[in-house]
Amino acid sequence: MADSTPGGYGSEPGPRPAPGPYISAVTNRTTNLVIRGAMLFSVGVFLALVLNLLQVQRNVTLFPPDVISSIFSSAWWVPPCCGTASALIGLLYPCIDSRLGEPHRFKREWSSVMRCVAVFVGINHASAKVDFANNVQLSLTLAALSVGLWWSFDRSRSGFSLGVVIALLATLATQLLVYNGVFQYTSPDFLYIRSWLPCIFFAGVITMGNIGRQLALLTVMLIS
Amino acid sequence: MTLRERLRQKISAAFYHHGLLCASYPVPIILFTSASILTCCYPLLRLPLPGTGPVEFTTAVRGYASPSHNPLGDPVERPDWYRGPPVAYIQQVLVKAAVSPWGSNLLPVDAFRPPLGQVFTLLEEIRNHVHSDSSGVQSLEHLCLQVTDLLPGLRRMQTVLPEHGCLLVSPGNYWQNQQELFDSDPDLLKTVQKHEPKGLHTSATLRDLLFGVPGKHTGVSHYSKKRVVTYTITIALSTYDAGFLGSLRARLKQLHPSANCSLGEEHMVHVHFKEEIGIAELIPLVTTYIILFAYIYFSTRKIDMVKSKWGLALAAVVTVLSSLLMSVGLCTLFGLTPTLNGGEIFPYLVVVIGLENVLVLTKSVVSTPVDLEVKLRIAQGLSNESWSIMKNMATELCIILIGYFTLVPAIQEFCLFAVVGLVSDFFLQMFFFTTVLSIDIRRMELADLNRRLPAEAGLPPPKPGPLRPREAPPPPRPSPHTITLQTPAFRNLRLPKRLRVVYFLARTRLAQRIIMVGTVIWIGILVYTDPAGLRTYLAAQVSEQSHLGDPGGGGGQPPHLGGMAPVFPGGDPAKALSVLPAREATPLPENQSQRHLAPGRVQEQPRGPPAATQVPWGAEDEEGWRRLSFRHWPSLFSYYNITLAKRYISILPVIPVTLHLGPQEAPETPRHPQDARLPPDPIPKFSSPDLQAADLTLYKVAALGLAAGVLLVLLLFCLYRVLCPRNYGQNGVSHGRRRRGDLPCDDYGYSPPVSEISPLLLRGHSMDIECLASDGMLLASCCLAGQIRVWDAQTGDCLTYIVHISISLGCEGRDPCVGGDSASEDEGGGFPFRRHAPPLRPPLFTDQPDLTPLIDTNFDSRLPPSSVHAAPPRGAAFDYGGLVERAYTEHEPPSPAAYPSPSYSSSPPTAGFANCRRSPVEAPDRGFACGPPPAAEWEGSVWAMELRGNLIAAGRSSGKLQLWDAVEGSLRCSNEEGASGITALAFLNNRIVAARLDGSLDFFTVELNKPPGLLQYRGAPGRGSMPPSPCYSSDDLISCQLTRSVLCAHQKPITVLRAAAGRVVTGSQDHTVRVYRLDDSCCLFTLQGHSGAITAIYIDETMVLASGGQDGAICLWDVLTGSRVSHVYGHRGDVTSLVCTNTCVISSGLDDLICIWDRSTGIKLYSIQQEVGCGDSLGVISDSLLVTGGQGCVSFWDLNFGDLLQTVYLGQTSDGQGVRQLLVLDNAAIVCDFGSELSLVYVPSVLEKLD
Repeated sequence: MADSTPGGYGSEPGPRPAPGPYISAVTNRTTNLVIRGAMLFSVGVFLALVLNLLQVQRNVTLFPPDVISSIFSSAWWVPPCCGTASALIGLLYPCIDSRLGEPHRFKREWSSVMRCVAVFVGINHASAKVDFANNVQLSLTLAALSVGLWWSFDRSRSGFSLGVVIALLATLATQLLVYNGVFQYTSPDFLYIRSWLPCIFFAGVITMGNIGRQLALLTVMLIS
Repeated sequence: MTLRERLRQKISAAFYHHGLLCASYPVPIILFTSASILTCCYPLLRLPLPGTGPVEFTTAVRGYASPSHNPLGDPVERPDWYRGPPVAYIQQVLVKAAVSPWGSNLLPVDAFRPPLGQVFTLLEEIRNHVHSDSSGVQSLEHLCLQVTDLLPGLRRMQTVLPEHGCLLVSPGNYWQNQQELFDSDPDLLKTVQKHEPKGLHTSATLRDLLFGVPGKHTGVSHYSKKRVVTYTITIALSTYDAGFLGSLRARLKQLHPSANCSLGEEHMVHVHFKEEIGIAELIPLVTTYIILFAYIYFSTRKIDMVKSKWGLALAAVVTVLSSLLMSVGLCTLFGLTPTLNGGEIFPYLVVVIGLENVLVLTKSVVSTPVDLEVKLRIAQGLSNESWSIMKNMATELCIILIGYFTLVPAIQEFCLFAVVGLVSDFFLQMFFFTTVLSIDIRRMELADLNRRLPAEAGLPPPKPGPLRPREAPPPPRPSPHTITLQTPAFRNLRLPKRLRVVYFLARTRLAQRIIMVGTVIWIGILVYTDPAGLRTYLAAQVSEQSHLGDPGGGGGQPPHLGGMAPVFPGGDPAKALSVLPAREATPLPENQSQRHLAPGRVQEQPRGPPAATQVPWGAEDEEGWRRLSFRHWPSLFSYYNITLAKRYISILPVIPVTLHLGPQEAPETPRHPQDARLPPDPIPKFSSPDLQAADLTLYKVAALGLAAGVLLVLLLFCLYRVLCPRNYGQNGVSHGRRRRGDLPCDDYGYSPPVSEISPLLLRGHSMDIECLASDGMLLASCCLAGQIRVWDAQTGDCLTYIVHISISLGCEGRDPCVGGDSASEDEGGGFPFRRHAPPLRPPLFTDQPDLTPLIDTNFDSRLPPSSVHAAPPRGAAFDYGGLVERAYTEHEPPSPAAYPSPSYSSSPPTAGFANCRRSPVEAPDRGFACGPPPAAEWEGSVWAMELRGNLIAAGRSSGKLQLWDAVEGSLRCSNEEGASGITALAFLNNRIVAARLDGSLDFFTVELNKPPGLLQYRGAPGRGSMPPSPCYSSDDLISCQLTRSVLCAHQKPITVLRAAAGRVVTGSQDHTVRVYRLDDSCCLFTLQGHSGAITAIYIDETMVLASGGQDGAICLWDVLTGSRVSHVYGHRGDVTSLVCTNTCVISSGLDDLICIWDRSTGIKLYSIQQEVGCGDSLGVISDSLLVTGGQGCVSFWDLNFGDLLQTVYLGQTSDGQGVRQLLVLDNAAIVCDFGSELSLVYVPSVLEKLD
């Protein structure tokens, strides 16, 4: 009966004239990655611009003479850098999840992701708008908010550790850039920026990871 | 732990009672909630509406004192902001100057050069004015608002705006307040124009600031007809000194009396400015709002299984919004004035409060059993989720409390609002939303009843389960048990659902449009009522045009006096003049005493050029600042880094100054030599440079606005595409040839592109495929025509072909069997010609299996081996071949129905006959040599089929059970003990269980016997289960013996039968499920719990038992104890199929929904909407891969998340044929029926993903 028929499908898929799935699977994966990366990049650039605007606003009076130019007031390479970083992070998170073999199951919904992004913008907003008594208070508040963000929307150990590592690295890189004079803080109070930087980085990493995981869920498979 | 448990129980009980209460008295509770919402929101009436301009408050000048910071019990109603001293007191000196009478020797420049020149003397006068009284000597220097540097970005204005001194602006600032510079200026207009901003300007221009009146009212132009120059000297005072101001007023009036001026000077106006939102602030704000809307959208989309999805979504949003309003209202009530910008923190508040609780409540209530009473359902649902709701709320309160202890005022305030909002949100959820939910569910129940009743009444009750969902026309069957197949009635009932979906979409569109229209109206109202907005502009335009069209003045309606002044601010002075005589009848005392300097007054008619120009004073001059942009004052102060946001200024009544310059005086003012060179345009051109400039600006604004609008639309479109690529009705994405209407898409609206996996089409059946069975290697299918084909599940080759109409031998109907890629003819080999050589069969059929791999070969080349082994039948085969008329690419040996000799058979005419299945249409097509069709008809159609090993068990409508050899296509044995049709079969190990229409259950044992001596044994029962031929290849006889028959297993026809793990589970129309032990046919349990006929059962080797019924309920049972594990309601209508995996239960229903449930908790994870008629075709490939059938396609889903992975179209020309059956083989191939064809789909790429 069955053994009389030539070879099972699994053993030798060659003779079957169906090369389509294999090729398309390969192309799928790359296009999939590219699309996800592009989306994450654009989200990162957008958030960078908007949040930069929030920060700029802190030192601007009610009617600035040139508002539009203040959007692009920081160095031109900052938004692309943020975009690239967010694309990397967003791709890294699902990748690590799959490597660790523990798929992230906590609150896998777009509404949750939107909530996460809103809280992230809110944290930025608070750090930009609220007047804190001193930098320690600012740092502590932001740290508590960031950890709260992680606990509310992520709760995975890998996410936390990755967030901390990336936040520290990014802060270090920024500090190095500043010390070498490549980049200057627009604000005169130097400590102020340094105190919020790691927390914001951490929250951003968590947020982008969240978005990246959700995008990875969609598994966009486009066949050209 | 025990405390926790007790607490939990208490909470649960409390919620239960609360749910009962809410569902019992919905109307009073909703009334109560609305009343409390309104009460709590009442304090909000006092808060200003967002988005309007500055607000004003008028007090009397007499007895004015700067308001204190702490308002005492003041009888006068005063606004909240009217506290403390204002930022500044604005004193304007409104100068109107005219050269009159106009001499013909005067140049156009003379119309404004001398009047402007007068500003310097006036300034001198004001600066040097000193008032001395008992309190001391007051001068302007002491009283005025001292300003410091301009903002760093305003260096270019340094020359014109005062720095380090009094904030005193006048047109003289253009020339640094120096008469010499003015005199030596060759072109005054150019100087004025020089400082105008080039591009767009949203705030006030410098010209407006210095002149203090709108540009077109100044009269500083070559083409001004009126020749009255108006400007103001604006003084900002930091302290109010009534004495000084009074004396200054008196002094100026004395110097330059205004004859016909009747301006009131009793009131001062306090103007409070809102916080302006600049673009820099707007972008993050808009971003947060977009995120907020996305959040709300994604949240409310999860509401499911309710009557009105949108109604509940609206209720959820209303709950959150009104809880926010309540929180603000309560905070205001208790004296906490919100200092935060409401618009900014609002999105965050919504996000913090969240919609989750509402959704959880809905989900929990919806998943309670439908047959319960509504209030019990609500109560159960509430109490189920009570613990998690309380836990969440406690957590959120804790987080907010932590936030409160950051001791940052802004965060504290936010937390305060959030806490109050959370509590009021909880209150609203418990009272408002729960009640709304109960009303909704009650409505759904009624609607459900209405819907179900005709469906059940109109259908004949006896319906065998496996046949139910088919739409096949019921063929006439002369069976005593008339089984009416599923009539299309149910389908017809379902049609409106599709329509409803369309209406649903239309409704949502409608909602969007309503929102859009509302927004547009709101913006329109804002623009229209804005002080600097359209209304003013329109009014100005109207009055201007009426003036231009009727230069004599007085044409239009007279402007209203007094309070309506801002409505017609653009009324020209000439027109105002025409109404003025009426007011002159009430002369003011000052006017009378100083009338001697008003020569022009006598000439009331400004007729003719030489006539002196009367300087008109109208009511609109009283508050001339109203005509300015409402950003005038904020921008003036912002130049000095003084913000007016949330503060106010007090505008004192203007001091009118009239300057009359006689023609003899005018040339006295030193004319600049260049003045004469200016082209005097005798005809005042309509399009003056001013107007041109204004027009140009207008065009620029329009073009830019249009561009921005287009950009915004594009951006939104892209965003929409990214976020929601669902095609609403029309196929937006061009998928080339794949245009079959809606592509299936997943819960997120994502529709993956059509894959290029080409399914293997197994052609051969001429009618719709009825039964499918497989054991992994082989695949058996039976079509409506009664033809059974056996396929190789790996290659898709047709192995055997059993047609049931072989009556007259040698004339068997042939049908082509088109395999995937094999194309060969093989006619002779498998063709048995039994009548000729019954005894010779063994050698013939021994060879039979060998032929199967040779299908690919040419027929002629195969001749020698077959001739060697089966010489006798070969001739017949050739005869047969000669009868064939149709040529197909491949011919399969028409495996004959085994033809037992009449001598062996107890019922000769029918015994071994394959049946030409009931359709008369098919008969001529099928068997051109169909001898006695009536006899064949009686054989009955195949209702159930199973395949194990190489045996096909077929249960017929006549009650006969037949065993066929799958490879050879020969009938192995037949059992005709039962008369009632076999509705379901289960084939496990060596046992066959057959469920019959009369509710009885027969257990057969299949035995493999050594051929020779067992015929007698077989014959002993005389049941006719006879070995069809002694030609079994392995020399085994197959017997099928009825071991036990449970006569009344069920009261009604058995609809489902499943066997696994040594158990046989039957479901029947009598609402019960029975579990039998396979070994001894002992009934273990009778499971009761459904309130409708059982339509689907699932049991697997892990003893998971799930059953679904016509009531839409799904029950999970413990097979060992017979207890019900869980009970959920998921479908409206029958549950048509059920599959369980390790973690979830997948069910499909007649409502074309596929629901995925968590197996342990019974909570619905998500659902997938299927196309009509394809609801019950589903299969699980692995624990995480689900296959569903659609219209001409199969879709692969990720089970964990409900994502659509891939869609495979089955045919090139799909005419919307739905996949009704779907079978998953062991090698991850999927077989599904596709009309008369079978499709074999391999899922390699999906499998790769899984690994």
